Amino acid sequence: MTALLEVENLHAYYGKSHILDGVTFHIGMGEIVSLLGRNGVGRSTTIKAIMGDVPPVGSVRFRSREIVGLKPHQIARLGLGYVPENRDIFPSLTVRQNLMLGQKWAKQTGRWSMQDMFNIFPRLEERADTMAGVLSGGEQQMLTMCRTLMGDPDLIMIDEPTEGLAPMMVELVGKLLGEIAERGISILLVEQKLTIALKISHRLYVMGHGRIVFEGTVPEFNADARVRQDWLEV
Amino acid sequence: MLELITFSTLNGVLYGMLLFMMASGLTLIFSMMGVLNFAHASFYMIGAYFGFEISRRIGFWPGFFVAPVLVGVIGGLIERYGLRQVHRFGHVAELLFTFGLAFVIEELVNMIWGKLPVDYRVPPSLDFVAFRLFDTTYPAYRIFMLATAVAMFVFLLVILKRTRVGLIIQAALTHPNMVAMLGHNVPQVFMMVFGVGAGLAGLAGVIAGPALVTQPSMAALLGPILFVVIVVGGLGSLGGAFVASLLIGLVQTFAVAINVSLADAIGPSAASLFGELGRAPLAQIAPVLPYLLLVLVLIFRPRGLFGTRET
Ligand SMILES: Nc1ncnc2c1ncn2[C@@H]1O[C@H](COP(=O)(O)OP(=O)(O)OP(=O)(O)O)[C@@H](O)[C@H]1O
Ligand SMILES: [Mg+2]
Repeated sequence: MTALLEVENLHAYYGKSHILDGVTFHIGMGEIVSLLGRNGVGRSTTIKAIMGDVPPVGSVRFRSREIVGLKPHQIARLGLGYVPENRDIFPSLTVRQNLMLGQKWAKQTGRWSMQDMFNIFPRLEERADTMAGVLSGGEQQMLTMCRTLMGDPDLIMIDEPTEGLAPMMVELVGKLLGEIAERGISILLVEQKLTIALKISHRLYVMGHGRIVFEGTVPEFNADARVRQDWLEV
Repeated sequence: MLELITFSTLNGVLYGMLLFMMASGLTLIFSMMGVLNFAHASFYMIGAYFGFEISRRIGFWPGFFVAPVLVGVIGGLIERYGLRQVHRFGHVAELLFTFGLAFVIEELVNMIWGKLPVDYRVPPSLDFVAFRLFDTTYPAYRIFMLATAVAMFVFLLVILKRTRVGLIIQAALTHPNMVAMLGHNVPQVFMMVFGVGAGLAGLAGVIAGPALVTQPSMAALLGPILFVVIVVGGLGSLGGAFVASLLIGLVQTFAVAINVSLADAIGPSAASLFGELGRAPLAQIAPVLPYLLLVLVLIFRPRGLFGTRET
């Protein structure tokens, strides 16, 4: 499998505090990879550093091209999509306008149309002309994911999509992740809960103290009780 | 009385719309960059001087179309090569930069055109009486100014609410990082907004120059009023800036007009019945009214009329 994204010895800082301490991992074409870890170990920071939202130190290659030093919008245009954990929708714009902003150009040519989004989540179509700020938490989560998909990324990095969602919503999110994978898009999934991650991932990484402490497939992860105990359970 | 009300309303709305042409850019720039641009009124002044210079060489109309574009380009360049470089040193540095810029521009204008007012005149094609009410006339040029300001207002509204760029601007006002990570070039959008904002202020200068006085102090005279407008309206709120512009335009115009008619009607002795206030005629109070409004708003509604955050 050829690597789509290669992260090598990535460091990041908030002021003086050293948050990422040499993170190294990779994601192949069409691969679904989960990044697990306890609260505050730096999973979100890893994604933000890849997107250039937090200044990265080290090397990040996307399709063999070095992207450290590029601006966030340039990185996005290369085909990296980011779904933030805090459901960063534009609250005073409508659902439809939020989706339009996901498109990078005025003309849509990618794998996903707005109608695709509405077919997957009919709820979004019903609320297409509603201000996004009044949607429920689950609806906002769908909107954030769909908005990023409208930009037609080749790799989508999703930060805790099921956090705080009702079980039915979690199921819907899982369904969308399946749909994304079916279209050949690579996924980096950051999760706290193991349910979805273990079901869909090809490989897993576990983070601890700003670096990767475990890498392996789902069976390998299941066989390793120490990892769970040392780095995941609280 | 009817004519007083009619003309004062017209003048007040006109003054208010002119204020809004400048306040709109100022408040948008503030929302985006979090920085009050002290040099914004300077763009208004440059607009007036460019308009004057072009109109005396080629004619009023070329100046009307070209001067705002020039001012807009200058504004964009100042953002790209000045403000953006200063940005990494923080807000205070940015504030000082715009502050210094206002002085630099004033001195440049002094050097090039001198300290005295220049002779920037209403073009002959617009120099006639638009209508007459009782025995007061209303100049056509003012109607033209009002029409220009309203056209600009509609233009701004259509761009912001009906175009893709407008959507990007609206979203970038509150979530610049997220907008960038969706693949939009936010710094470029900022530069454009800064340029268009400067251009609008420039246009206000081009059309106000012949009606008012084109002189090097015109920026310094106007600047404080603009800040009052955007603080009263609520920092970052376009709708608020619009209402506050009209409010201040009308309040100031009526204060001057009522004073004149008071003196006519009751004579100076009666006016002094109002004590100290009576002796300082209302017309002299007019310039203070916006600041009074500012203080009241800050005390009773610190967010401003339509603002969402504390000032
Ligand atoms: N803007 C910030 N300024 C300073 N420190 C921050 C900032 N954002 C995060 N941190 C710190 O960096 C560390 C890593 O944060 P990060 O958000 O990457 O964690 P995480 O693994 O995503 O965990 P979770 O999402 O569960 O909080 C934490 O200790 C956090 O307190
Ligand atoms: Mg996180």
